[in-house]
Amino acid sequence: MATSKVEGSSSLRHAFGGVLSVFILFLIGVVAFSIRLFSVIKYESVIHEFDPYFNYRVTQFLSKNGIYDFWNWFDDRTWYPLGRVIGGTVYPGLTLTAGTMWKLANSLNIPLSVETVCVFTAPIFSAFAAWATYLLTKEVKGPGAGITAAAILAMVPSYISRSVAGSYDNEAVAIFALIFTFYLYIKTLNTGSLFYATLNSLAYFYMVCSWGGYTFIINLIPMHVLLCIVTGRYSSRLYIAYAPLVVLGTLLAALVPVVGFNAVMTSEHFGSFLVFIIIHVVALVYYIKGILTPRLFKVATTLVLTVGIAVCAVVVAILVALVASSPTKGWSGRSLSLLDPTYASKYIPIIASVSEHQPPTWPSYFMDINVLAFLVPAGIVACFLPLSDASSFAVLYLVTSVYFSGVMVRLMLVLAPAACIMSGIALSEAFGVLTRSMKFHITKYFECSHTEAPAKLGESTSTESSAPLENMTKSDTTEKPEVARKEKVARRKQKKEKELTENAHVKPVSAKKERRPLVLPLEASIVSVFLLIVLGGLYVLHCVWAAAEAYSAPSIVLTSHSHDGLHVFDDFREAYAWLRHNTEVDDKVASWWDYGYQTTAMANRTVIVDNNTWNNTHIATVGTAMSSPEKAAWEIFNSLDVKYVLVVFGGLVGYPSDDINKFLWMVRIGGGVFPHIKEADYLKDGQYRVDAQATHTMLNCLMYKLSYYRFVETDGKGFDRVRRYEIGKKHFKLTHFEEVFTTHHWMVRIYKLKPQKNRIRGKSRKSKLGSKSTSSKSGGMTHKNPWN
Amino acid sequence: MAKGTNDAKLLIQSLRKAYAATPTSLKIIDLYVVYAVATALIQVAYMAMVGSFPFNSFLSGVLSCVGTAVLAVCLRIQVNKDNKEFKDLPPERAFADFVLCNLVLHLVIMNFLG
Repeated sequence: MATSKVEGSSSLRHAFGGVLSVFILFLIGVVAFSIRLFSVIKYESVIHEFDPYFNYRVTQFLSKNGIYDFWNWFDDRTWYPLGRVIGGTVYPGLTLTAGTMWKLANSLNIPLSVETVCVFTAPIFSAFAAWATYLLTKEVKGPGAGITAAAILAMVPSYISRSVAGSYDNEAVAIFALIFTFYLYIKTLNTGSLFYATLNSLAYFYMVCSWGGYTFIINLIPMHVLLCIVTGRYSSRLYIAYAPLVVLGTLLAALVPVVGFNAVMTSEHFGSFLVFIIIHVVALVYYIKGILTPRLFKVATTLVLTVGIAVCAVVVAILVALVASSPTKGWSGRSLSLLDPTYASKYIPIIASVSEHQPPTWPSYFMDINVLAFLVPAGIVACFLPLSDASSFAVLYLVTSVYFSGVMVRLMLVLAPAACIMSGIALSEAFGVLTRSMKFHITKYFECSHTEAPAKLGESTSTESSAPLENMTKSDTTEKPEVARKEKVARRKQKKEKELTENAHVKPVSAKKERRPLVLPLEASIVSVFLLIVLGGLYVLHCVWAAAEAYSAPSIVLTSHSHDGLHVFDDFREAYAWLRHNTEVDDKVASWWDYGYQTTAMANRTVIVDNNTWNNTHIATVGTAMSSPEKAAWEIFNSLDVKYVLVVFGGLVGYPSDDINKFLWMVRIGGGVFPHIKEADYLKDGQYRVDAQATHTMLNCLMYKLSYYRFVETDGKGFDRVRRYEIGKKHFKLTHFEEVFTTHHWMVRIYKLKPQKNRIRGKSRKSKLGSKSTSSKSGGMTHKNPWN
Repeated sequence: MAKGTNDAKLLIQSLRKAYAATPTSLKIIDLYVVYAVATALIQVAYMAMVGSFPFNSFLSGVLSCVGTAVLAVCLRIQVNKDNKEFKDLPPERAFADFVLCNLVLHLVIMNFLG
């Protein structure tokens, strides 16, 4: 009777626990969604930054024209006159997901606009990512760790920074796909079920569709398989988890047009094929070992080794010759810059110029993952007690992502889920031990008072201690002195403790593999639990602050607080709206590549270069034009059919990311392709200056003139608030361009190319005429201008 | 040298004897795997002769053979009664998973075949 009652109460407790955990997960999803809404509340429901505008434009096209036109879309309104094959060069996962959600909502008669769906895609998928983290950590350690990890991931600032409402970028969906793929891989590894292996391949397909970072998965999983084989953990479940994934995964990756045949031909995938061969060899070896006697097995190995090594040497030689024949050894530029951090700055200045590709600073680790930075080592230790396939995977994932996050600040995002999993495990283990200690002491106390056990028991419980646990970081500091003192006492008392625990019928709440319950003193446990809760509270506080203050800026609308209230700078949209309403549909606009996506999406005009940066020479052309004097720049722009030139200027209001600050990259990239642009011409004492000390070339280049034209009229002295000095050349006229629009705070300035004069007045008429007729032919004029 | 060949003969004999002891159902699966791998090798040889022009067709052909071979090996692992890890997995479930995975594989192949 008592046992069934106990069973009934335990099943009721299980049911209650199940309902509670579902409710908690729902709340975690709500938190993940709401913490990302600060930008919508503080500013408006608008798409942020630059890249999301391209994704938004593609989603608009998809929703208007359907999927077949989307696959075959050739965009002629960008990279004029080259155009861009959108269907073959974009990762379709994000746009297809948002398009599907929009279609679904509209078919249910919920009239959401495409913009609303795009803005809120990221928060919805971050809720899904939190749930996927719960599933993954549950497979690694248990449901308690799962819930903790999910709660931590919902709020981690590094993930928030790339998935706020309005940040409609690939990572919004890709991180969910990453965690979900890893979950299915671990699930297959734990259960050995081919059904989950199929699901794993499909989830990997979704990841390939979404982000170029899928190469991380297809290299991490083979690394883990190799680790398992080398540490003697080969099992048939490992084969079932890995082999179908490679075959199906490669096929599915080849289906996505962006990847195509790269799935079998680039070095990023060779690791998976190599481990595929290795796992087959290992499987065969284990099989033969099973059916032969040991002596014969030795004979077999010697025979196979002699033959095998000869064959291997030949194959490896062929492979090395193939790979070495390509200059980048088969790797793409981005992947090479990850493996060799100095590669990009030497060979590809465009990759080096993107601020997201710089290595992170130490404070950014604390800003982005906060408390997790020191919970992670505790988690690593917890993963080793006991070590399973899944926990070894978690450790490997963490170590590799820490390395990559050290190379590129953008990849802190890949570190975030790993750090959350580890911290969840650490916190859950810590809470487990502490609550177990408290429960043990409290039940002991009640047992003593009820059963009237001898007083000796009571004394020994109050002074008992246990072997110190290494995975107590925070609590370590509070109980180290007590533990050190009591270690000697513990040795003697451990035997007594075993008897006591058996007598007290205390069932430890720990995992099934526990040898004996490890308990800590009651006061230490209570203080530690309280401190851990305070730690969690500080983490939440930091995350909410980071989400509200640091990561919610849409960067297309700027605000500043002055003594007379809040000031809003909406200059970008003002300029794009002007372009949209005051120019012809087919007019071409030239600007630096940062603004290309926004111009095509909001102003709906053709641009010369945009953020895709796939053609370095084209960007170098625009950079050279910006660095050349007016006449040469006019020639270049005229050859590209450009009508309007757009520059961003922050000198009046103090906006630091304007084109003058980006000018050094224009010179470097332009100089990389056209040798007549020499960086030394623009430097004075090794610095870029625009004041009276600046070089002649700098003061005459197009960027200077277009930024500072009529600037002296604002305050009479031409004081640049960003560079913090007065400009060099104050009064000048533009000969080949005319100003057509300057926004309210002078942040965006638009100029029009003046048409060529019909007749030239002045003494040099004859020579000008002569040179004009030769310039109309395709012969070279001066070597300075390569376009004629 | 003579000992080497003697040993090799002994090795092959004992391998044959041990393999003859496996149940017929597993032998059928092994035959299927051998057939799939042979087909893949024939395709590679053909490509070496005529060139790889519709590369997606070549890739889908070879990968479908390799894929079904791998899936058949997985099925064999799950159905083998000597395997202690899978003793409470009913063979019908293993076969159903095998069929499902093959369906997905061949759907992708048909799409990629061009």
